[in-house]
Amino acid sequence: MKKKIGTSVFLCIMLLVLYLPIVILAVYSFTDATNIGAIRGFSMHNYVTLFTTPELLEMIGGTLILALGSAVLATFLGTIGAIGSFYSKKKVNAAISTINQIPVINADVVTGFSICILLVVVLGVSKDTFVPLVIGHVTLCAPFVYLSVMPKIRQMDSSLYEAALDLGATPFGALTQVVIPQIVPGIISGFGLAVTLSLDDYFITTYTKPATFNTISTYVVNATKGSQTTIKTALWALSTIIFAVVILFVAIVNFRTVKKEEAQDV
Amino acid sequence: MKFSRKTLGIPYSVFLILFVVLPLVVLFFYAFTNGQGQFTFANLTGFFTDPNAIGTLIYSFAIAAVTTIVCLLLAYPTAYLLAMSSLKSKSVIVMIFVMPMWINFSLRITAMKEILTFLEGNLSMYPFLNSVIGMTYDFLPFMILPIYTTISRLDGALREAAMDLGADERSTFLTVTLPLSVPGIISGVSMVFLPAMTNYVVLDMMNNSTYIMGSLIGSYFAAYNWHAGSMIALILLGLICLFTLLSGSGEEDNQRGGALL
Repeated sequence: MKKKIGTSVFLCIMLLVLYLPIVILAVYSFTDATNIGAIRGFSMHNYVTLFTTPELLEMIGGTLILALGSAVLATFLGTIGAIGSFYSKKKVNAAISTINQIPVINADVVTGFSICILLVVVLGVSKDTFVPLVIGHVTLCAPFVYLSVMPKIRQMDSSLYEAALDLGATPFGALTQVVIPQIVPGIISGFGLAVTLSLDDYFITTYTKPATFNTISTYVVNATKGSQTTIKTALWALSTIIFAVVILFVAIVNFRTVKKEEAQDV
Repeated sequence: MKFSRKTLGIPYSVFLILFVVLPLVVLFFYAFTNGQGQFTFANLTGFFTDPNAIGTLIYSFAIAAVTTIVCLLLAYPTAYLLAMSSLKSKSVIVMIFVMPMWINFSLRITAMKEILTFLEGNLSMYPFLNSVIGMTYDFLPFMILPIYTTISRLDGALREAAMDLGADERSTFLTVTLPLSVPGIISGVSMVFLPAMTNYVVLDMMNNSTYIMGSLIGSYFAAYNWHAGSMIALILLGLICLFTLLSGSGEEDNQRGGALL
């Protein structure tokens, strides 16, 4: 019994360590204080600033569009790449899987810098076209999609595809109607991963973005260097909103899995 | 051309060659040439004879090593207790531990920075400590997750066997659970150590002006010095390869970004 209490206490302390800074920031985002520690009255002005400053709205919108756009591209490429690679010769499959590991293991600083050198310095592509930025993000995300789709293809019964062909399906039809539906869970988790990676990226964005474009990461890093307190505290509101969205998302996912488990138990 | 499943691999292969392999080839070329396009070792020898650069390398190792150790000391007991506990809806609790991963890192570091500013008054008093705290706060979930996964997959019968054969709890842990959880530790260490050597934004945000390896690339990028920057990137790449080979991991390293779903 004593041990059980000890376990709970330790885990609670760890949770406190992980969440206390975010929670304190969330509390202060509802005041007009400019520093933690100063006790001030309730105020919504950080949220008003966040939703009425064009610069902030543009930055948030840009981040979301970039994340969704590159995640869609990365999911498409990574998925067909995994299918194609799995059914290729062993050597080809091994080669693709090995190269696929490079961006996964590599430091983002190196990935971003090397893409910038190739596209911007050598080929002279303008950063203002957003091409280097999107390619950078897809390069970061697609390998993770490949890795989450691959196990699902391995688990799949490959005779199903052949059965579909024998029954008169075209190869394309067999692919879209038989293969893809079976690997959907892998595609979805790959897409989710791609979105989170793109949203959280700082280095690849810094090395490939147009000078006037910012994502949340690059914007926040620059803002913390400056001394503009209205922007600084408006970002506390942004942090609080993202925190709330993540909690909501986790709650929905858990609610669904618990329901599924209950359904299976019956 | 007749459509087959193999054909699907072509676009992705082309993509990988163009945007993963080719950039590294160009990086290699730039690292060994100068502004006039002539072959040179100057960038390499320049790095290893510059006392500042060597100092940066040592400082990076120090920050990365301390961050990794602190993360490990906090993450191992957490992962162990979570895996061993008989809590109801354990997956939900694990998810709560990993959830910070999905909040933008720059906002999390901002939160930690505000707390530290409140506690210390002036961040510049303890730059090393603050950087380690910031990185630990950023990377901790990446250490918890792989260790938790490894321990929770261990066969419980092994521990029971050890207990039946007379081992007490402490020696069961030291001789059975701990050695078997080493793969998770290695995976976690590589998820923390390498980013800690290169993630210079955390230092920037904590007002620590000392350089780590990543900051060198950042400063050469800002100065349009592609050749020296490429050499640093290449040295980092070498270190990463070395580390990956030593740890024997690489496969199934799919836990960045929280592959928990």
